[in-house]
Amino acid sequence: MTEEKNFFDEIEGLDTTCRRLSGLSALVTGCAQGIGRRIALELAKEGADIVINDLSSQKEKANKVAQYIESHLDREAWMVEADVSDIEDVKRAKTQVEENFGKIDILVNNAGINRDNFFTKMEKKDWDQVLSVNLDSVFNCTHTFLDHIQDSAQGRVISLSSVVGERGNIGQVNYASSKAGIIGFTKALAQELVRDDVTVNAVAPGFIATKMVLDMPEKVKDKIKKQIPMARFGKPKEVARTVTFLASKDASYITGEVIRMNGGFYL
Amino acid sequence: MIKANQKESEPYSLEGKKALITGASRGIGEQIALTLADHGAEVVVNYNTSHDKASETATTVELEGENSWIYPADISDHEEVKQMKEHLKENFGEIDILVNNAGINRDKFFAKMKKEDWDKVISVNLDGVFNCTKTFLDDIRESEQGRIINISSVVGQKGNIGQVNYASSKAGIIGFTKALAQELVRDDVTVNAVAPGFIATEMVKNIPEKVQKNIKSQIPMNRFGEPEEVAEVVAFLASAKSSYMTGTVIEVNGGYYL
Ligand SMILES: NC(=O)c1ccc[n+]([C@@H]2O[C@H](COP(=O)([O-])OP(=O)(O)OC[C@H]3O[C@@H](n4cnc5c(N)ncnc54)[C@H](OP(=O)(O)O)[C@@H]3O)[C@@H](O)[C@H]2O)c1
Repeated sequence: MTEEKNFFDEIEGLDTTCRRLSGLSALVTGCAQGIGRRIALELAKEGADIVINDLSSQKEKANKVAQYIESHLDREAWMVEADVSDIEDVKRAKTQVEENFGKIDILVNNAGINRDNFFTKMEKKDWDQVLSVNLDSVFNCTHTFLDHIQDSAQGRVISLSSVVGERGNIGQVNYASSKAGIIGFTKALAQELVRDDVTVNAVAPGFIATKMVLDMPEKVKDKIKKQIPMARFGKPKEVARTVTFLASKDASYITGEVIRMNGGFYL
Repeated sequence: MIKANQKESEPYSLEGKKALITGASRGIGEQIALTLADHGAEVVVNYNTSHDKASETATTVELEGENSWIYPADISDHEEVKQMKEHLKENFGEIDILVNNAGINRDKFFAKMKKEDWDKVISVNLDGVFNCTKTFLDDIRESEQGRIINISSVVGQKGNIGQVNYASSKAGIIGFTKALAQELVRDDVTVNAVAPGFIATEMVKNIPEKVQKNIKSQIPMNRFGEPEEVAEVVAFLASAKSSYMTGTVIEVNGGYYL
């Protein structure tokens, strides 16, 4: 038993040195916390240099992620503030990235918000805000950084959708529309970019144990877990590892795909 | 016009129902208006700019003996939609069935796609669905047979070259449909989508001949669909016969995407 445990420890250890992404650079949007932060760390662990992006209000947290990558993972990390729902701001950020960091190979469209409300009570601004941060941002970032990604020998666009985009959910008409939109985006763009050897994929997580989910009342959490065959929430690490896989050469024949990670919740 | 065999099965009666079809001046929307009227519904023909074409649709409906109304509103403008609602409430009554059909495309390779192309398509195709559904929701909830039917597209399901904006909007409609369906079960309102493949309307007829041929060769049925073939599915979803269906996406694509 202990032997087996050591074996797995060793694999865990190997991960930091395996570095399938050495020589590549990745931009992860909205990665000061939550799943995005984990993605940034896993990509760096695999050898990628990272552009950390988030809103200026998250600067302190974002800097911590950058520092950790530089001091513990021996990779370059650079923070650029930008509101991804604003294309002008994204364009400005790109200039800064080029001046201070260089070009990116991998774009991870992770930034996202929710403004849950029953549709009857949902205000137009709840709709607009969620659509612009979750869906317009994917256009804004992908379009702005497209030339970098096309120039790369291993260009990747990876977007975070959600199980809610696939099956809908009560109180989330706006969120579901935006996350489903990302799937259409992914499949259409994938077909266009094959000739540039760029793959375009999405990950659709189910319930993942981030603050958003953990802050729910205990009773609600129990109820949700009952509906998940694996009877637990996913871990940010599990999502991040899938993103890392899609970014790697191992995923070279995968494009236009939506990878579900939901513990069997929606099949 | 393809009609159900009336001897063997009753048509899906929409007698006494009022339906609003957005973008019904031309193409699939026009046919949906005619077909719903054919099944007995009174219809509102919404359009944006094609006044004459919309009047023609309405006249045809009237000739078939059903009441109809035309009303211009740019569905991407929430205020205009609200005005349409006020106007209809006074002159036509409350609606039971909303068909979110209006849609546009601005096809371009992603590299050349402008931010305006993105914004325009998302605002008509996806924000438009929000605007109309939100505005007419209380009418529909009060109906005994409330129905919301959204026209998505196979492109929202499988993507397509030159249509990143369109694909995003049409996929978004699917998420919208599934989420809202779950919310409105307690009001006995069903929310469904129809995802047509290539249908022989102007949208498709404008595609160059060579490309059309190429597309047809990829469709198992080896032809484009007719607007009637979409409209009859909408009529079924609007009728009482589809009462246990909600949150579904019905594909009408000749086997093109399965
Ligand atoms: N044709 C296909 O192969 C196909 C396949 C899959 C899905 N669809 C979908 O089916 C729907 C109908 O397509 P179609 O082929 O019939 O298109 P179409 O012939 O081009 O007709 C579009 C209709 O939408 C209206 N419209 C456009 N913008 C509007 C706005 N801002 N506000 C209100 N109305 C507006 C137009 O009115 P005006 O004439 O006043 O502009 C017209 O009545 C669309 O949602 C389309 O995406 C079509």
